[in-house]
Amino acid sequence: MLELLEKTVKHNGLVLAFALVGFVMIVSMQLSRRLTFGRVHGSAIAILIGLGLAYWGGIQTGGQKGLADVSLFAGVGLMGGAMLRDFAIVATAFEVQVEEAKKAGLVGVVALLLGTVLPFIVGASVAWAFGYRDAISMTTIGAGAVTYIVGPVTGAAIGASSELMALSIATGLVKAIMVMVGTPIAARFLRLSTPRSAMVFGGLAGTVSGVSAGLAATDRKLVPYGALVATFHTGLGCLLGPSLLYFAVRALVG
Amino acid sequence: MIIYGTALLAVCHLLGIFLGDLLGTLLGAKTNVGGVGIAMILLICARLWLHKRGLMPAQTEMGVGFWGAMYIPVVVAMAAQQNVVAALRGGPVAVLAALGSVVVCAVCVSLINRGERPATGTEPDAEARVAAQRV
Repeated sequence: MLELLEKTVKHNGLVLAFALVGFVMIVSMQLSRRLTFGRVHGSAIAILIGLGLAYWGGIQTGGQKGLADVSLFAGVGLMGGAMLRDFAIVATAFEVQVEEAKKAGLVGVVALLLGTVLPFIVGASVAWAFGYRDAISMTTIGAGAVTYIVGPVTGAAIGASSELMALSIATGLVKAIMVMVGTPIAARFLRLSTPRSAMVFGGLAGTVSGVSAGLAATDRKLVPYGALVATFHTGLGCLLGPSLLYFAVRALVG
Repeated sequence: MIIYGTALLAVCHLLGIFLGDLLGTLLGAKTNVGGVGIAMILLICARLWLHKRGLMPAQTEMGVGFWGAMYIPVVVAMAAQQNVVAALRGGPVAVLAALGSVVVCAVCVSLINRGERPATGTEPDAEARVAAQRV
């Protein structure tokens, strides 16, 4: 009986993921309404529960993909994977008001550049402070502070060790999680209320996952604007990291 | 037909990712450069173009709208498959580098959004927004 149920579930991974996420959403919405009286957005709680499940999955299996490594919940990997995530993000573009997006054009570009250079400087400085004083280490960790994809791409391009790459991925992941969790809390400080402000945020905060989840938990209407800019973030970082930024660091520390 | 909308979305998605890869290769970035963003811009253009010709019935829009609405659940599933354990094991370097960049960027976002606030809040602007929403 139990084996039969397990077989059903394993053969229908994606469908189970729909049911599981639906259940997580119900629980989160209730927690949001009952415990916080709507002050903490249900989506924010759902994302936190998701991260908690990912931690549990990681501990259970020792794998790298959180809950998706538990064979029973492999479907979560498909549902939350890059393909469906990007598909859903693109779909949100349907709600974009073109006039709003145009207004933020230039500011968006400035935010993108700042969002690549500033985290890089901070990351490289922290690396230097902790004794990673060669150009390759500083660049790899600095790139990780841009996003967790820029880190390893840059590291691989300039020949960093796998330990350094792991550290730079960890930096990017911690950043993404901080953005996911912190955005709804800091929304008022960030003045996140207009499409334009969301585009500035998308450019500066980077990480499509962090931005999209953070905005989703703040105001669903702002998601497409933030994502529209954030999606260029990783590309720009991968472009500048192994080239301009690496040369700059090398010129500074020799 | 609802599938027309989903198919339109799929075509924009694929074309955008392809162009992003192409751009990345041309620039030597070894990764996709703005593929999703290009896809979003394509979808916005396609919507405007089809709307003008009256080729966008409500049924077709639903084929896109559904996926847009699935966005938050997909993000929850995405959160559930992050390598949280590794992130927490990264130690003080990872945490400090991440915290530092988040704080610096947050201050920047706040400053930029504060600095140019009046421009977006003026009356003609609000009217334009309402008008844009009606279109």
